[in-house]
Amino acid sequence: MKDFQYLAPRRLDEAAALMAEHAGSAQLLAGGTDLLIFMRNGRKSPEVVIDAKKIPELTRLQLDAGRLTIGAAVSCRTVWEHPEIIEKFPALADAATLIGGIQIQGRATFGGNLCNAAPSADTVPPVIVYGATAHIASARGERQAPVEEICTGPGLTSLAPDEILVSLSIPAPQANSGAAFLRFIPRNEMDIAVANAAARVDLDETGETISAARIAIGAVAPVPLYVEAAGAALAGKPVNDGSIASAARIARDASTPINDMRGTVEHRKQLVEVLTARALRRACDRARGEKIQ
Amino acid sequence: MSGKSLVTATINGEEKQFLCEPRQSLLEVLRDVLYLTGTKEGCNDGNCGACSVIVDGVLLDACCMLAVEAEGSSVETIEGLATGDELHPLQRAFLEETGLQCGICTPGFLMSAKALLDKTPRPDEQQVRHWLAGNLCRCTGYDKLVRSVLKAVEA
Ligand SMILES: Cc1cc2nc3c(=O)[nH]c(=O)nc-3n(C[C@H](O)[C@H](O)[C@H](O)COP(=O)(O)OP(=O)(O)OC[C@H]3O[C@@H](n4cnc5c(N)ncnc54)[C@H](O)[C@@H]3O)c2cc1C
Ligand code: FES
Ligand code: FES
Repeated sequence: MKDFQYLAPRRLDEAAALMAEHAGSAQLLAGGTDLLIFMRNGRKSPEVVIDAKKIPELTRLQLDAGRLTIGAAVSCRTVWEHPEIIEKFPALADAATLIGGIQIQGRATFGGNLCNAAPSADTVPPVIVYGATAHIASARGERQAPVEEICTGPGLTSLAPDEILVSLSIPAPQANSGAAFLRFIPRNEMDIAVANAAARVDLDETGETISAARIAIGAVAPVPLYVEAAGAALAGKPVNDGSIASAARIARDASTPINDMRGTVEHRKQLVEVLTARALRRACDRARGEKIQ
Repeated sequence: MSGKSLVTATINGEEKQFLCEPRQSLLEVLRDVLYLTGTKEGCNDGNCGACSVIVDGVLLDACCMLAVEAEGSSVETIEGLATGDELHPLQRAFLEETGLQCGICTPGFLMSAKALLDKTPRPDEQQVRHWLAGNLCRCTGYDKLVRSVLKAVEA
Protein backbone atom coordinates (compact mmCIF):
# COMPACT_ATOMS: atom_id res chain seq x y z
CA MET A 1 0.00 0.00 0.00
CA LYS A 2 1.30 3.48 -0.91
CA ASP A 3 2.04 5.83 1.96
CA PHE A 4 -0.58 8.48 2.83
CA GLN A 5 -1.47 10.94 5.53
CA TYR A 6 -4.19 9.86 7.99
CA LEU A 7 -6.43 12.53 9.48
CA ALA A 8 -9.28 12.06 11.92
CA PRO A 9 -11.26 15.31 12.22
CA ARG A 10 -13.83 15.51 15.01
CA ARG A 11 -16.07 18.07 13.36
CA LEU A 12 -17.94 18.12 10.08
CA ASP A 13 -16.76 21.63 9.14
CA GLU A 14 -13.17 20.58 9.78
CA ALA A 15 -13.63 17.50 7.59
CA ALA A 16 -15.24 19.61 4.86
CA ALA A 17 -12.30 22.06 4.94
CA LEU A 18 -9.84 19.15 4.63
CA MET A 19 -11.83 17.66 1.74
CA ALA A 20 -11.72 21.07 -0.01
CA GLU A 21 -7.99 21.48 0.63
CA HIS A 22 -7.19 18.00 -0.73
CA ALA A 23 -10.03 17.66 -3.28
CA GLY A 24 -9.16 14.88 -5.70
CA SER A 25 -6.32 13.47 -3.59
CA ALA A 26 -8.31 12.66 -0.45
CA GLN A 27 -10.62 9.74 0.29
CA LEU A 28 -12.98 9.43 3.21
CA LEU A 29 -12.51 6.28 5.25
CA ALA A 30 -15.69 4.79 6.71
CA GLY A 31 -15.42 1.04 7.40
CA GLY A 32 -12.60 0.65 4.91
CA THR A 33 -13.94 -2.70 3.63
CA ASP A 34 -13.82 -1.39 0.06
CA LEU A 35 -11.29 1.43 0.35
CA LEU A 36 -8.48 -0.42 2.13
CA ILE A 37 -8.78 -3.34 -0.30
CA PHE A 38 -8.60 -0.95 -3.29
CA MET A 39 -5.60 0.85 -1.75
CA ARG A 40 -3.84 -2.44 -1.21
CA ASN A 41 -4.36 -3.63 -4.79
CA GLY A 42 -3.51 -0.21 -6.24
CA ARG A 43 -6.95 0.64 -7.65
CA LYS A 44 -7.00 3.71 -5.39
CA SER A 45 -4.04 5.63 -4.03
CA PRO A 46 -5.16 8.69 -2.08
CA GLU A 47 -2.52 10.97 -0.58
CA VAL A 48 -4.80 11.80 2.31
CA VAL A 49 -7.22 9.49 4.11
CA ILE A 50 -9.83 11.23 6.21
CA ASP A 51 -11.47 9.06 8.85
CA ALA A 52 -15.23 9.63 8.88
CA LYS A 53 -15.87 7.81 12.15
CA LYS A 54 -15.05 10.57 14.63
CA ILE A 55 -17.59 13.03 13.17
CA PRO A 56 -20.82 13.07 15.23
CA GLU A 57 -23.18 13.81 12.29
CA LEU A 58 -21.81 10.78 10.43
CA THR A 59 -22.00 8.33 13.33
CA ARG A 60 -25.53 9.16 14.47
CA LEU A 61 -28.33 6.62 14.20
CA GLN A 62 -31.57 8.24 15.21
CA LEU A 63 -35.29 7.60 15.13
CA ASP A 64 -37.16 10.84 15.59
CA ALA A 65 -40.97 10.71 15.40
CA GLY A 66 -40.62 7.68 13.15
CA ARG A 67 -38.13 9.36 10.80
CA LEU A 68 -34.87 7.46 10.57
CA THR A 69 -31.48 9.13 10.14
CA ILE A 70 -28.56 6.84 9.38
CA GLY A 71 -25.21 8.60 9.63
CA ALA A 72 -23.03 7.72 6.64
CA ALA A 73 -20.44 6.05 8.91
CA VAL A 74 -22.87 3.86 10.89
CA SER A 75 -22.00 0.17 10.53
CA CYS A 76 -24.35 -2.47 9.17
CA ARG A 77 -24.11 -4.28 12.48
CA THR A 78 -25.25 -1.19 14.40
CA VAL A 79 -28.27 -1.09 12.09
CA TRP A 80 -29.25 -4.77 12.42
CA GLU A 81 -28.74 -4.74 16.18
CA HIS A 82 -31.32 -1.94 16.54
CA PRO A 83 -34.63 -3.62 17.54
CA GLU A 84 -36.80 -0.72 16.33
CA ILE A 85 -35.12 -0.68 12.91
CA ILE A 86 -35.71 -4.42 12.51
CA GLU A 87 -39.37 -3.80 13.28
CA LYS A 88 -40.02 -0.57 11.37
CA PHE A 89 -37.53 -0.86 8.48
CA PRO A 90 -37.06 -4.61 7.98
CA ALA A 91 -35.63 -4.30 4.45
CA LEU A 92 -32.65 -2.40 5.91
CA ALA A 93 -31.98 -5.27 8.31
CA ASP A 94 -32.45 -7.77 5.44
CA ALA A 95 -29.54 -6.12 3.60
CA ALA A 96 -27.37 -5.24 6.61
CA THR A 97 -27.26 -8.89 7.71
CA LEU A 98 -26.22 -10.03 4.22
CA ILE A 99 -23.12 -7.88 3.66
CA GLY A 100 -20.06 -10.12 4.11
CA GLY A 101 -19.91 -11.98 7.42
CA ILE A 102 -20.19 -10.61 10.96
CA GLN A 103 -16.64 -9.19 10.75
CA ILE A 104 -17.45 -7.14 7.64
CA GLN A 105 -20.83 -6.08 9.05
CA GLY A 106 -19.08 -4.64 12.11
CA ARG A 107 -17.21 -2.21 9.87
CA ALA A 108 -19.07 -1.82 6.54
CA THR A 109 -21.34 1.21 6.44
CA PHE A 110 -24.42 2.25 4.48
CA GLY A 111 -22.56 5.41 3.37
CA GLY A 112 -19.55 3.46 2.13
CA ASN A 113 -21.76 0.99 0.29
CA LEU A 114 -23.52 3.86 -1.50
CA CYS A 115 -20.39 5.93 -2.25
CA ASN A 116 -18.45 2.90 -3.46
CA ALA A 117 -21.22 2.69 -6.08
CA ALA A 118 -20.95 -0.99 -6.96
CA PRO A 119 -23.90 -2.06 -9.16
CA SER A 120 -24.33 -4.95 -6.70
CA ALA A 121 -24.31 -2.80 -3.53
CA ASP A 122 -26.81 -4.56 -1.29
CA THR A 123 -27.96 -1.71 0.95
CA VAL A 124 -28.77 0.63 -1.93
CA PRO A 125 -32.01 -0.93 -3.31
CA PRO A 126 -33.56 -0.94 0.20
CA VAL A 127 -32.75 2.72 0.87
CA ILE A 128 -34.13 3.60 -2.57
CA VAL A 129 -37.47 1.88 -1.93
CA TYR A 130 -37.74 3.58 1.46
CA GLY A 131 -37.44 6.92 -0.36
CA ALA A 132 -34.25 7.98 1.42
CA THR A 133 -32.77 11.45 1.02
CA ALA A 134 -28.99 11.82 0.92
CA HIS A 135 -27.67 14.75 2.98
CA ILE A 136 -24.42 16.05 1.52
CA ALA A 137 -22.01 18.64 2.89
CA SER A 138 -18.92 20.46 1.67
CA ALA A 139 -17.08 23.68 2.50
CA ARG A 140 -19.36 25.27 -0.13
CA GLY A 141 -22.55 24.41 1.77
CA GLU A 142 -25.09 21.67 2.19
CA ARG A 143 -27.45 20.00 -0.27
CA GLN A 144 -29.87 17.10 -0.45
CA ALA A 145 -30.62 14.61 -3.19
CA PRO A 146 -32.85 11.57 -3.62
CA VAL A 147 -30.66 8.56 -2.92
CA GLU A 148 -31.33 7.04 -6.36
CA GLU A 149 -29.43 9.99 -7.87
CA ILE A 150 -26.14 9.25 -6.08
CA CYS A 151 -24.74 6.32 -8.09
CA THR A 152 -24.04 7.28 -11.72
CA GLY A 153 -22.03 4.27 -12.96
CA PRO A 154 -19.85 1.46 -11.64
CA GLY A 155 -17.67 3.14 -8.99
CA LEU A 156 -18.99 6.59 -9.91
CA THR A 157 -21.22 8.97 -7.94
CA SER A 158 -22.76 12.40 -8.36
CA LEU A 159 -20.76 13.66 -5.36
CA ALA A 160 -18.09 16.25 -6.19
CA PRO A 161 -14.56 15.36 -5.01
CA ASP A 162 -14.86 17.71 -2.03
CA GLU A 163 -18.31 16.51 -0.95
CA ILE A 164 -19.12 14.35 2.06
CA LEU A 165 -22.17 12.17 2.40
CA VAL A 166 -23.39 13.04 5.89
CA SER A 167 -26.44 10.84 6.33
CA LEU A 168 -29.43 9.17 4.78
CA SER A 169 -32.83 10.11 6.11
CA ILE A 170 -35.93 7.98 5.63
CA PRO A 171 -39.47 9.20 6.26
CA ALA A 172 -41.60 7.40 8.86
CA PRO A 173 -43.37 4.44 7.26
CA GLN A 174 -47.13 4.78 6.81
CA ALA A 175 -49.57 2.44 8.49
CA ASN A 176 -50.06 -0.78 6.48
CA SER A 177 -46.74 -0.53 4.71
CA GLY A 178 -44.07 -3.18 4.38
CA ALA A 179 -40.80 -3.74 2.58
CA ALA A 180 -38.31 -6.51 1.85
CA PHE A 181 -34.93 -7.08 0.23
CA LEU A 182 -33.73 -10.33 -1.35
CA ARG A 183 -30.48 -11.33 -2.98
CA PHE A 184 -29.42 -14.31 -5.04
CA ILE A 185 -25.94 -15.77 -4.53
CA PRO A 186 -24.80 -19.35 -5.11
CA ARG A 187 -24.14 -19.86 -1.37
CA ASN A 188 -25.74 -18.62 1.84
CA GLU A 189 -23.13 -16.08 2.96
CA MET A 190 -20.10 -14.11 1.84
CA ASP A 191 -20.65 -13.52 -1.86
CA ILE A 192 -21.51 -10.69 -4.22
CA ALA A 193 -25.05 -10.53 -5.59
CA VAL A 194 -25.79 -12.15 -8.94
CA ALA A 195 -28.96 -10.08 -8.68
CA ASN A 196 -30.92 -8.44 -5.87
CA ALA A 197 -34.26 -6.70 -5.45
CA ALA A 198 -36.06 -4.53 -2.92
CA ALA A 199 -39.75 -3.70 -2.78
CA ARG A 200 -41.92 -1.50 -0.60
CA VAL A 201 -45.70 -1.43 -0.65
CA ASP A 202 -48.26 0.79 1.07
CA LEU A 203 -51.61 -0.98 1.37
CA ASP A 204 -54.97 0.68 1.95
CA GLU A 205 -56.82 0.12 5.24
CA THR A 206 -58.44 -3.12 3.99
CA GLY A 207 -54.99 -4.60 3.33
CA GLU A 208 -56.29 -5.83 -0.06
CA THR A 209 -55.28 -2.97 -2.35
CA ILE A 210 -51.88 -1.45 -3.03
CA SER A 211 -51.97 2.34 -2.81
CA ALA A 212 -48.31 2.90 -3.67
CA ALA A 213 -45.17 0.85 -4.28
CA ARG A 214 -41.46 1.32 -5.00
CA ILE A 215 -39.11 -1.24 -6.54
CA ALA A 216 -35.32 -1.19 -6.97
CA ILE A 217 -33.01 -3.86 -8.38
CA GLY A 218 -29.25 -4.42 -8.23
CA ALA A 219 -26.36 -6.11 -10.07
CA VAL A 220 -28.37 -5.95 -13.30
CA ALA A 221 -27.53 -2.43 -14.56
CA PRO A 222 -24.57 -0.02 -14.29
CA VAL A 223 -26.09 1.31 -11.04
CA PRO A 224 -28.54 0.02 -8.42
CA LEU A 225 -31.69 0.77 -10.40
CA TYR A 226 -34.88 2.46 -9.22
CA VAL A 227 -37.66 1.07 -11.44
CA GLU A 228 -40.30 3.74 -10.98
CA ALA A 229 -42.63 2.24 -13.60
CA ALA A 230 -42.82 -1.10 -11.80
CA GLY A 231 -43.99 0.57 -8.60
CA ALA A 232 -46.37 2.92 -10.42
CA ALA A 233 -48.04 -0.03 -12.18
CA LEU A 234 -49.11 -1.38 -8.78
CA ALA A 235 -50.93 1.74 -7.59
CA GLY A 236 -54.61 0.93 -7.12
CA LYS A 237 -54.11 -2.76 -7.90
CA PRO A 238 -55.31 -5.64 -5.72
CA VAL A 239 -52.74 -7.66 -3.81
CA ASN A 240 -52.67 -10.78 -5.98
CA ASP A 241 -50.40 -12.88 -8.14
CA GLY A 242 -51.43 -11.09 -11.33
CA SER A 243 -50.48 -7.59 -10.16
CA ILE A 244 -47.24 -8.84 -8.63
CA ALA A 245 -46.29 -10.74 -11.79
CA SER A 246 -46.85 -7.76 -14.05
CA ALA A 247 -44.74 -5.45 -11.84
CA ALA A 248 -41.99 -8.10 -11.75
CA ARG A 249 -42.03 -8.25 -15.56
CA ILE A 250 -41.59 -4.48 -15.77
CA ALA A 251 -38.56 -4.78 -13.48
CA ARG A 252 -37.18 -7.56 -15.67
CA ASP A 253 -37.59 -5.44 -18.81
CA ALA A 254 -35.90 -2.46 -17.13
CA SER A 255 -32.79 -4.48 -16.26
CA THR A 256 -29.74 -4.35 -18.56
CA PRO A 257 -27.41 -6.97 -17.06
CA ILE A 258 -24.08 -8.16 -18.41
CA ASN A 259 -22.52 -11.61 -18.72
CA ASP A 260 -19.73 -12.16 -16.21
CA MET A 261 -18.31 -14.87 -13.97
CA ARG A 262 -21.27 -14.55 -11.60
CA GLY A 263 -24.05 -15.01 -14.13
CA THR A 264 -25.37 -14.62 -17.65
CA VAL A 265 -27.73 -11.97 -19.00
CA GLU A 266 -30.53 -14.50 -19.29
CA HIS A 267 -30.03 -15.88 -15.79
CA ARG A 268 -29.96 -12.40 -14.29
CA LYS A 269 -33.11 -11.26 -16.08
CA GLN A 270 -34.90 -14.34 -14.81
CA LEU A 271 -33.62 -13.63 -11.29
CA VAL A 272 -34.85 -10.03 -11.40
CA GLU A 273 -38.36 -11.23 -12.16
CA VAL A 274 -38.34 -13.93 -9.49
CA LEU A 275 -36.71 -11.81 -6.78
CA THR A 276 -38.94 -8.80 -7.46
CA ALA A 277 -42.07 -10.95 -7.19
CA ARG A 278 -40.86 -12.60 -3.99
CA ALA A 279 -39.81 -9.29 -2.45
CA LEU A 280 -43.23 -7.84 -3.29
CA ARG A 281 -45.01 -10.80 -1.71
CA ARG A 282 -42.90 -10.55 1.41
CA ALA A 283 -43.43 -6.78 1.55
CA CYS A 284 -47.22 -7.33 1.37
CA ASP A 285 -47.06 -9.97 4.12
CA ARG A 286 -45.09 -7.59 6.32
CA ALA A 287 -47.52 -4.77 5.54
CA ARG A 288 -50.25 -7.03 6.89
CA GLY A 289 -48.36 -7.38 10.12
CA GLU A 290 -46.57 -10.68 9.62
CA LYS A 291 -43.19 -10.83 11.30
CA ILE A 292 -40.80 -12.41 8.81
CA GLN A 293 -37.09 -12.28 9.58
CA MET B 1 5.92 11.13 3.47
CA SER B 2 4.03 11.16 6.73
CA GLY B 3 6.35 9.25 9.06
CA LYS B 4 5.20 7.20 11.99
CA SER B 5 2.41 7.91 14.41
CA LEU B 6 2.37 7.02 18.08
CA VAL B 7 -0.75 5.06 18.90
CA THR B 8 -2.02 4.23 22.39
CA ALA B 9 -4.43 1.32 22.70
CA THR B 10 -5.42 -1.31 25.22
CA ILE B 11 -4.37 -4.74 24.00
CA ASN B 12 -5.80 -7.69 25.93
CA GLY B 13 -6.42 -5.45 28.92
CA GLU B 14 -2.99 -3.82 29.01
CA GLU B 15 -2.32 -0.30 27.79
CA LYS B 16 0.30 -0.31 25.02
CA GLN B 17 1.96 2.35 22.93
CA PHE B 18 3.34 1.59 19.51
CA LEU B 19 4.72 3.38 16.48
CA CYS B 20 3.26 2.65 13.06
CA GLU B 21 2.86 4.04 9.58
CA PRO B 22 -0.70 5.02 8.58
CA ARG B 23 -0.64 2.37 5.84
CA GLN B 24 0.00 -0.48 8.27
CA SER B 25 -3.05 -2.57 9.03
CA LEU B 26 -3.91 -3.55 12.57
CA LEU B 27 -2.98 -7.09 11.53
CA GLU B 28 0.55 -6.04 10.46
CA VAL B 29 1.08 -4.12 13.66
CA LEU B 30 -0.19 -6.92 15.90
CA ARG B 31 2.13 -9.40 14.23
CA ASP B 32 5.20 -7.38 13.22
CA VAL B 33 5.33 -4.59 15.80
CA LEU B 34 3.74 -6.11 18.90
CA TYR B 35 4.83 -9.70 18.05
CA LEU B 36 1.36 -11.02 18.81
CA THR B 37 1.58 -13.63 16.07
CA GLY B 38 -1.45 -15.64 17.19
CA THR B 39 -3.61 -13.54 14.85
CA LYS B 40 -3.10 -15.05 11.39
CA GLU B 41 -2.97 -13.64 7.88
CA GLY B 42 -4.85 -15.63 5.27
CA CYS B 43 -6.23 -13.55 2.42
CA ASN B 44 -5.43 -10.00 3.57
CA ASP B 45 -8.68 -8.80 2.00
CA GLY B 46 -11.51 -9.54 4.43
CA ASN B 47 -12.61 -12.90 3.07
CA CYS B 48 -11.11 -15.59 5.33
CA GLY B 49 -11.46 -14.33 8.92
CA ALA B 50 -8.04 -15.73 9.99
CA CYS B 51 -7.22 -12.25 11.35
CA SER B 52 -10.44 -11.89 13.42
CA VAL B 53 -10.04 -9.75 16.54
CA ILE B 54 -12.48 -7.87 18.76
CA VAL B 55 -12.14 -4.08 18.87
CA ASP B 56 -14.27 -2.20 21.40
CA GLY B 57 -16.58 -5.21 21.54
CA VAL B 58 -16.93 -5.50 17.75
CA LEU B 59 -15.65 -8.55 15.87
CA LEU B 60 -13.70 -7.48 12.78
CA ASP B 61 -10.95 -8.51 10.38
CA ALA B 62 -7.68 -6.91 11.51
CA CYS B 63 -6.50 -6.81 7.87
CA CYS B 64 -9.38 -4.43 7.05
CA MET B 65 -8.54 -1.82 9.68
CA LEU B 66 -5.62 0.60 9.90
CA ALA B 67 -3.61 0.37 13.09
CA VAL B 68 -3.85 4.17 13.51
CA GLU B 69 -7.61 3.75 13.78
CA ALA B 70 -7.07 1.76 16.99
CA GLU B 71 -6.04 4.90 18.90
CA GLY B 72 -7.90 4.84 22.24
CA SER B 73 -9.50 1.46 21.51
CA SER B 74 -9.54 -1.80 23.37
CA VAL B 75 -8.32 -4.71 21.23
CA GLU B 76 -8.82 -8.39 22.14
CA THR B 77 -6.71 -11.01 20.37
CA ILE B 78 -6.33 -14.76 20.73
CA GLU B 79 -3.44 -14.18 23.16
CA GLY B 80 -5.94 -12.80 25.68
CA LEU B 81 -8.35 -15.72 25.54
CA ALA B 82 -6.78 -18.06 28.11
CA THR B 83 -6.35 -16.90 31.71
CA GLY B 84 -2.72 -17.73 32.50
CA ASP B 85 -2.45 -21.50 32.04
CA GLU B 86 -6.21 -21.94 32.23
CA LEU B 87 -7.68 -22.43 28.75
CA HIS B 88 -10.89 -20.65 27.81
CA PRO B 89 -13.89 -23.07 27.64
CA LEU B 90 -13.91 -22.57 23.87
CA GLN B 91 -10.26 -23.56 23.59
CA ARG B 92 -10.89 -26.68 25.70
CA ALA B 93 -13.90 -27.62 23.60
CA PHE B 94 -11.91 -27.16 20.35
CA LEU B 95 -9.31 -29.60 21.71
CA GLU B 96 -11.85 -32.13 22.94
CA GLU B 97 -13.96 -32.06 19.77
CA THR B 98 -10.98 -31.78 17.39
CA GLY B 99 -12.20 -28.43 16.10
CA LEU B 100 -8.91 -28.00 14.30
CA GLN B 101 -6.47 -29.80 12.06
CA CYS B 102 -3.67 -27.62 10.63
CA GLY B 103 -4.67 -24.82 13.02
CA ILE B 104 -4.12 -21.76 10.82
CA CYS B 105 -7.80 -20.76 10.98
CA THR B 106 -8.22 -21.60 14.68
CA PRO B 107 -7.45 -18.25 16.33
CA GLY B 108 -9.92 -16.56 13.98
CA PHE B 109 -12.66 -19.09 14.66
CA LEU B 110 -12.07 -18.83 18.41
CA MET B 111 -12.37 -15.04 18.33
CA SER B 112 -15.57 -15.21 16.25
CA ALA B 113 -17.01 -17.79 18.64
CA LYS B 114 -16.01 -15.66 21.63
CA ALA B 115 -17.67 -12.60 20.12
CA LEU B 116 -20.85 -14.63 19.62
CA LEU B 117 -20.85 -15.96 23.21
CA ASP B 118 -20.16 -12.47 24.59
CA LYS B 119 -23.38 -11.33 22.92
CA THR B 120 -25.44 -14.55 23.01
CA PRO B 121 -24.25 -16.92 25.77
CA ARG B 122 -26.53 -19.77 24.63
CA PRO B 123 -26.67 -19.68 20.83
CA ASP B 124 -28.40 -22.40 18.80
CA GLU B 125 -26.68 -24.19 15.93
CA GLN B 126 -28.09 -21.82 13.33
CA GLN B 127 -26.66 -18.80 15.18
CA VAL B 128 -23.28 -20.52 15.52
CA ARG B 129 -23.16 -21.26 11.80
CA HIS B 130 -24.19 -17.70 10.97
CA TRP B 131 -21.49 -16.18 13.20
CA LEU B 132 -18.78 -18.44 11.79
CA ALA B 133 -19.68 -17.69 8.15
CA GLY B 134 -16.97 -15.03 7.90
CA ASN B 135 -14.25 -17.59 8.71
CA LEU B 136 -12.84 -20.09 6.24
CA CYS B 137 -11.36 -23.48 7.10
CA ARG B 138 -9.72 -25.75 4.53
CA CYS B 139 -9.40 -28.78 6.83
CA THR B 140 -12.23 -29.57 9.20
CA GLY B 141 -15.31 -29.42 6.97
CA TYR B 142 -16.83 -26.99 9.55
CA ASP B 143 -18.99 -29.54 11.33
CA LYS B 144 -16.40 -30.15 14.04
CA LEU B 145 -16.00 -26.42 14.50
CA VAL B 146 -19.71 -25.98 15.03
CA ARG B 147 -19.81 -28.93 17.44
CA SER B 148 -16.87 -27.50 19.37
CA VAL B 149 -18.64 -24.19 19.90
CA LEU B 150 -21.87 -25.93 20.90
CA LYS B 151 -19.92 -28.06 23.39
CA ALA B 152 -18.41 -24.96 24.96
CA VAL B 153 -21.92 -23.56 25.30
CA GLU B 154 -23.04 -26.66 27.21
CA ALA B 155 -19.96 -26.66 29.44
C1 LIG C 1 -15.25 -9.92 2.44
C2 LIG C 1 -16.13 -8.84 1.91
C3 LIG C 1 -17.46 -9.12 1.67
C4 LIG C 1 -18.30 -8.13 1.16
N1 LIG C 1 -19.63 -8.44 0.95
C5 LIG C 1 -20.45 -7.51 0.44
C6 LIG C 1 -21.83 -7.82 0.18
O1 LIG C 1 -22.29 -8.93 0.46
N2 LIG C 1 -22.62 -6.84 -0.34
C7 LIG C 1 -22.14 -5.61 -0.63
O2 LIG C 1 -22.91 -4.76 -1.10
N3 LIG C 1 -20.85 -5.28 -0.39
C8 LIG C 1 -20.00 -6.21 0.13
N4 LIG C 1 -18.68 -5.88 0.35
C9 LIG C 1 -18.19 -4.55 0.01
C10 LIG C 1 -18.19 -3.54 1.19
O3 LIG C 1 -18.10 -4.21 2.43
C11 LIG C 1 -19.43 -2.66 1.19
O4 LIG C 1 -19.52 -1.97 -0.02
C12 LIG C 1 -19.41 -1.66 2.37
O5 LIG C 1 -20.72 -1.23 2.64
C13 LIG C 1 -18.51 -0.48 2.15
O6 LIG C 1 -18.61 0.35 3.29
P1 LIG C 1 -17.32 0.88 4.07
O7 LIG C 1 -17.82 1.67 5.20
O8 LIG C 1 -16.40 -0.22 4.37
O9 LIG C 1 -16.71 1.83 2.94
P2 LIG C 1 -15.24 2.38 2.74
O10 LIG C 1 -14.39 1.30 2.20
O11 LIG C 1 -14.76 3.10 3.93
O12 LIG C 1 -15.53 3.46 1.59
C14 LIG C 1 -15.96 3.08 0.29
C15 LIG C 1 -15.87 4.29 -0.64
O13 LIG C 1 -16.84 5.27 -0.28
C16 LIG C 1 -16.21 6.50 0.04
N5 LIG C 1 -16.92 7.04 1.20
C17 LIG C 1 -17.14 6.40 2.37
N6 LIG C 1 -17.87 7.18 3.19
C18 LIG C 1 -18.13 8.32 2.51
C19 LIG C 1 -18.85 9.52 2.82
N7 LIG C 1 -19.45 9.66 4.01
N8 LIG C 1 -18.90 10.51 1.90
C20 LIG C 1 -18.28 10.35 0.69
N9 LIG C 1 -17.60 9.25 0.34
C21 LIG C 1 -17.52 8.25 1.24
C22 LIG C 1 -14.78 6.14 0.38
O14 LIG C 1 -13.91 7.23 0.18
C23 LIG C 1 -14.52 4.99 -0.57
O15 LIG C 1 -14.19 5.45 -1.84
C24 LIG C 1 -17.80 -6.84 0.89
C25 LIG C 1 -16.47 -6.55 1.16
C26 LIG C 1 -15.63 -7.52 1.67
C27 LIG C 1 -14.20 -7.19 1.96
S1 FES D 1 -6.47 -12.15 6.51
FE1 FES D 1 -7.99 -10.82 7.20
S2 FES D 1 -9.80 -11.73 6.49
FE2 FES D 1 -8.27 -12.99 5.61
S1 FES E 1 -7.81 -26.35 10.57
FE1 FES E 1 -6.70 -26.04 8.75
S2 FES E 1 -7.72 -24.36 7.87
FE2 FES E 1 -8.95 -24.84 9.55
